Amino acid sequence: MIRFEPRSNVSSLFAFALPVIAGITALVLAAIPIAAAGGEVFAAYGHIFKGAFGSKFAFSELLARATPLIFTGLAVSVAFRAKLWNIGAEGQLYVGALAAVAVGTGAISAPAYIMIPLIILASMIAGGTLMLVPTLLKTKLGADEVVTTLLLNFVVLLFVQMMLEGPMKDPMGMGWPQSEPMTSAATLPKMFARMRIHWGLVIALVSALIIYIMMKRSVWGFEIRATGENVSAAKHAGIPVTSTFIKVGLISGALAGLAGVSEVAGLKGYLTADISPGFGYTGVVVAMLAGLSPVGVVVAAIFIAAVFVGADSMSRAMGVSSYIADLVVAMSLICVLISNLFVRFKIRFVRPKKTPLVAKGEA
Amino acid sequence: MEYIDILLSANFWAAAIRIATPLIFGVLGALVCERAGVLNLGIEGIFVVGAMCGWMAVWLGAGLWGGILVAALAGAFFGLLHGILTVPLGLSQHVSGLGITMFATSVSYFTYRTALPKVSSPPRIEAFQPLDIPVLSDLPFIGPALFQQTSMTFLALAMVLLVSYVLYRTPLGLAIRAVGDNPSAVEAQGLSVFALRIGAIMAGSALMALGGAFLTMSAFDAFFFGMINGRGWICIALVVFASWRPGKALLGALLFGAFDAFQIRLQNEVGAVIPSQVFLMIPYLLSIVALVLVARKADYPRALLQPYFRGQR
Repeated sequence: MIRFEPRSNVSSLFAFALPVIAGITALVLAAIPIAAAGGEVFAAYGHIFKGAFGSKFAFSELLARATPLIFTGLAVSVAFRAKLWNIGAEGQLYVGALAAVAVGTGAISAPAYIMIPLIILASMIAGGTLMLVPTLLKTKLGADEVVTTLLLNFVVLLFVQMMLEGPMKDPMGMGWPQSEPMTSAATLPKMFARMRIHWGLVIALVSALIIYIMMKRSVWGFEIRATGENVSAAKHAGIPVTSTFIKVGLISGALAGLAGVSEVAGLKGYLTADISPGFGYTGVVVAMLAGLSPVGVVVAAIFIAAVFVGADSMSRAMGVSSYIADLVVAMSLICVLISNLFVRFKIRFVRPKKTPLVAKGEA
Repeated sequence: MEYIDILLSANFWAAAIRIATPLIFGVLGALVCERAGVLNLGIEGIFVVGAMCGWMAVWLGAGLWGGILVAALAGAFFGLLHGILTVPLGLSQHVSGLGITMFATSVSYFTYRTALPKVSSPPRIEAFQPLDIPVLSDLPFIGPALFQQTSMTFLALAMVLLVSYVLYRTPLGLAIRAVGDNPSAVEAQGLSVFALRIGAIMAGSALMALGGAFLTMSAFDAFFFGMINGRGWICIALVVFASWRPGKALLGALLFGAFDAFQIRLQNEVGAVIPSQVFLMIPYLLSIVALVLVARKADYPRALLQPYFRGQR
């Protein structure tokens, strides 16, 4: 039989290696569906790699794809650290984008150095406020935040559709349900000519750094970690658990809201109801691959973005359905979950004892 | 006055029951898992799998009841996966469930796209037809509302009876309820906590998959991407509302179906004034309200979310 023995200390190299192994395992497992779909496996991996890293342009696409994932990954990792199960990053992204559009499409005209902080602030407030609702429902009324955040995603998406077909619809949009374009002052500039990578990436990296410092060096970080470890112990130690949850909810929602402004003001220039192909949900995978560490989130987001960008180009070249990317992402989540087991436990294979009393209880 | 007319029409109640049917399967499935102490957030993905596999099996010529069987087996398979991850391995039920949802959804979509790479409109199957029961279907009011549903609705109702019989009238049910409340007591009886929990998750997941299959094999006759649209999550909220009881689960699903059917009819009445999205939000908001209403006094199975390791404590 198999026995789990708790590990007391985990070497950081080991803790770093496991998610990498998990990600690679998921990529290798993708060979099965690729082969089942009639694709040539080695050629497919070649296309994936070339599609993600093959050229300067490809790499820029990859970083543009990684940017929203860094934000949502950070949002999830902060929340999960406190065991606040925020699965609503998708909805928070959309309200963030909506707020950015409300402020940045001409309602206010000001120079860029005012507009950009303004739209960023608006999206953070919107995302944070949206997450405040399930957080308060949890702390005040005891309603499970997993379900409420998940359900709010659908509500928000419908609300965005409503706004884009109604008051916020672009009159010049040829009838498409899309917002007016962001004014040039409210646009995050591109970093290089003719590439889609934009300054949202820098904001994402700075956010990761700030969250890293907050979690490691501040009282808030300590309170968040303590609440996540053991709520009742934290309460006993005098940590204000309720206000910690509220803080975490606000920070987490604000981070997801940033993903929205970055997509709207950096990449697309206007808002549509399909601006996010599930960045919020993928953020959960990013955060788990990162072991909830803010620096890890950056690495994990780049990995997941590589899978998406690479799989897209492989799909175009070989005709294997691009849902393969979602499959790899889902499998990496499951693989990294399993690998967590190796962090927490030493796994020993031991021969079962032959005493009849014990043998009866074996399963 | 018109609103009363809506409530009094047989058509309305027929729609309410039709909308409730997949939720009955889903809430029952979630209930069985949670009664055994395991939250199954794989539900949303398992709905997709059930919808896709059931439809695909029929499309390939397995027959409608063959499709039901395939859907249930596919659901049980993903349940087994969730069971292995959360029971013997004791991993986070939240994250594992989300992983199962993502995995099951992407497997379904990938399989569908691979089998049907270039279809402009989704192929249709000969779905379950409303029954025509002699005498009963011709009764005034009750006939069209209740007895002109498809066989799958009656299967769902039968499952309510079956689940409540097994849970409350058999030793197996007692063991399942006990394993969700106090697993060490079950272990002390010489029963296997692992086997009971994994078995319950598989059975519950099979039920969830039937909820999905209803959508492609009875409500519609084709598979669409995104057709589940949060129905699974709604079931997770409703199971709390139903305080983990099969009878109340049926009631909750029917109540929800009635609200939803009413909302659709209201949309026809005042649709011009109010954007349709407002109405479409109602089911999700309603689920949140239902959850909040009972959250304070909800009597969660005591060992829910807690992994059990033998010899612990």
